[in-house]
Order: sequence, then C-alpha cells, then structure tokens
Amino acid sequence: MYPTRFRYEAPRSLDEAIGLLHDGGEDAKVLAGGQSLVPLLKLRFASPTVLVDLNTVPGLDHHDVDESGNLHVGALCRHGDLERSALLKSTQPVMAAAARLVADPLVRSRGTLVGSLCHADPQGDWASVVLALGGSVVAAGPGGLRSIPVRDFVHGPFQNALAHDEIVVEAVIPAPRGIPGGGYLKLERRVGDFATVGVAVAVERDGDTVTCAGIALTGVGAATIEAADAAQALVGGPLTGDVIEHAAGLAAQAARPQGDHRGSADFKRHMVRVFVRRILERAA
Amino acid sequence: MTSVRVIEEGPDQGDVPTRRITVTVNGHRSVVECEPRLLLSHLLRQGLRLTGTHLGCDTTNCGACTVLVDDRPIKSCTMLAVQADGRAVTTVEGLATPSGLHPLQEGFKEEHGLQCGFCTSGMLMAAKALLAENPDPTEDEVRWALSGNLCRCTGYQNIVKSVLWAAARLRNEPEA
Repeated sequence: MYPTRFRYEAPRSLDEAIGLLHDGGEDAKVLAGGQSLVPLLKLRFASPTVLVDLNTVPGLDHHDVDESGNLHVGALCRHGDLERSALLKSTQPVMAAAARLVADPLVRSRGTLVGSLCHADPQGDWASVVLALGGSVVAAGPGGLRSIPVRDFVHGPFQNALAHDEIVVEAVIPAPRGIPGGGYLKLERRVGDFATVGVAVAVERDGDTVTCAGIALTGVGAATIEAADAAQALVGGPLTGDVIEHAAGLAAQAARPQGDHRGSADFKRHMVRVFVRRILERAA
Repeated sequence: MTSVRVIEEGPDQGDVPTRRITVTVNGHRSVVECEPRLLLSHLLRQGLRLTGTHLGCDTTNCGACTVLVDDRPIKSCTMLAVQADGRAVTTVEGLATPSGLHPLQEGFKEEHGLQCGFCTSGMLMAAKALLAENPDPTEDEVRWALSGNLCRCTGYQNIVKSVLWAAARLRNEPEA
C-alpha cells in the first residue's frame, strides 16, 4: 500500500534538517531507520506533509565511548551495528544482550536505537534498556542542544518530550561506576513480533556489593515502566537468593499488563517475575 | 442535448512532486524520476521490471521483499525508493551469471530448498548477506540470519540445508 503524498527532504546538515522541521510545523516528521514510520505511512496511520530524512546528514552513525566512559549512540547507528559491536560487548552487557533481540535481522539493518526511543512504543525494547541504565538523549533544536533523561523523555505511548523542531542526535548511556552486569530477556511469539514481555535489569557492583541498579519493563503497561522499588531493593548488598526473589516480586507488582492475544495479565506479570529472577541469577 | 464524456476525474492534485534519483541495481545504473512515496520494492518490480523481488505481507513482517542495499539485507517494502539514491542494490536477478547459477541457487536446487518458491528470493538474499559476513556459519547461525524471512510452506529445514550446502561450496571455490 502507498503512503499518502508528502514532500521529501534530504538535508545535508543538522542545521538544515532542523530548519526544515521548524518550517514544516507539526506535520513534518523525521525519517531515520523508517522501520516503524514507513509501516505507519503505508497503513496511513501517519500522513505527514513533509518527511525530513536524516540519512543524508553526516556524522550521526557513530557509537563510541568518550574519555569518561559514557557511551554515545548516534541517531543513525543501526540495531545491527550494535548487535555486531565488540565495544558494546565489552562495556555494556545489557545493551549487547538486547541488541540481538530487537525485531529481526532485516529490520536491524535499518532501524535505529534513537528512533526506537523517539517512537516510544510501549513494546519497544530500547526504552526499557536505556531506562534501566539511566541513559538520556541529546536533542538539537533551533535553540541549540539539550539533554533529556529517558525517564522524562518517554511521556507515554508513542509520545516523547520533543518539540516539533527538535531532533534527537544521540543517546548517551552513562559510564558504569562498578562492574556492569545484568541483561535483557524478551518473550515473543516468534522472531520479529512485538514483545509479550521484556525485562531489562542493569546492576553495577563493587566486589559482591550492588552499588547501582535499574529495572525496566517492556510491553506490560501503557508505556515503558521503570520498576524503581525493585531496583532499589538490590542496592547495598550481594545478590542473594532472598534479595533476588524480593526484587522479582516488586518488579511484578510494578507491571500493569493487560490480557490480550499474547497472554493473560497474570501470565505476563508472572513472566516479569521469572525474567527478573533469571537475569539476576545468571549475574549473581 | 449536449453530450459529455468524462475522460478522467479525481481531486485536484496540483503538480505531483517527483525526485530524480540514480540507483545502481545489479551493477546496472538507472536514473529514474519518482514520487517520494514510491517504495523501493515498487521501484524494482514496476519501475525496473525486476519481478524476482516478491511482495508478501507488505507490512514489514515476512521478508519476501529482501534485497541488499550497499550489501546489507533490508526489506524493500519498508524503504522509500528515494532513499536508495546513490546506492547499490542487489536483487535475486543479480545472483546468477551467464555461466551459471549462484552457489546459493544451486544449493536450493540440490537440497530442495523451495516448495512454492514465493519466499525464495528473499531467503537467497538474506543468505547471501550472511555468507558474505560469515562464510562458515553453524546451523544455528543460519537460522538466526534467516529469522526475519518467513516460509509459509514451512520448508525451513531444507532452506537451512541449502544455505549450508552453498556455504561449503563457496568455501571450496572462493572465486565462485
């Protein structure tokens, strides 16, 4: 099926892209990987008048670590780049675990982490992962750059905090202060289906002691859910069986699942508990 | 009574904006003028008459429309044709040479890797990308690489065998 007609712009610089969005008003949309937007255009759930394609803007496909150890993921860094990244494997194990579970290999060739954050689908994988890791996005607009924690960036289902003339240029994941561990697990009916349940758990440890933790949930609420109480229950001691069970229970309580064709609400809540426990037992 | 014959009707579209792009498909350079909303799959099938690329679901699920863009496997129903401007596209028509089938095509023949054949061109292109990156994949790695391509005949067993057959052939004959 064909999208409705739109004007297509292929800017050569970020400033030009921002200018096009500014002039385009509320009906202008940014196109990056297109793996959510193009299907929406085809179904005519979205019918922007102007599409501003970021793919012609240089300097956005990076993922690298700065001198402080923070990971920067550019707006055009594809899921597949992250899946194949040796850097991610050695520095961000939770992201490395998630990268290979996003959609399917073909979608991973085009789709981007930043696009997934901006799309803010409650069933998207990256928002949970970046939320658990305490990450943020850098938005560029006519007034310059601003940093927005992902916690404040994802407002609700398919809603983000951007003004219409702002573009997220990169996501930033803070440097782990201890030894990073954890993972991402996803239940899906088949490869490429939306998550029935996804769970991201990130811990940082000094010796056996957990110094910092984050837990976030995919697909079990109207938006990505941060299970802050569950994460807090992990901090200050080692990952014993009791601590893990307690945190898993709190995470299940934080879930707000609805029953649908992918499973009942009880089943999904149960799977949150199982996944939190499974990730932490492997990390312990 | 005056006779009236309507030749064509519809809402006033004004001037439909088009864009001129240059795409190299299977080594053959084409300059085309198209609407930005044209999908790459439609450019290939209708514009360039390369109907080996199939449209299955048209909803980014099935992978039948898989082609390589700058050597990466993508779903051509989920990319705008204008985004292929300046890029190299490889379709299933680009696999065989005048001297014979590509080893992947041989493999699908030898191992009975196709039944109805509808998913085959997508499978071949996803497999080509895999073997370029990993010439000696395990069975699991083949299954992983093809996990975005659906076969509704459920012929996966033989498709995997076909790719492993081709991988072995390509390793023995690096010039192939």
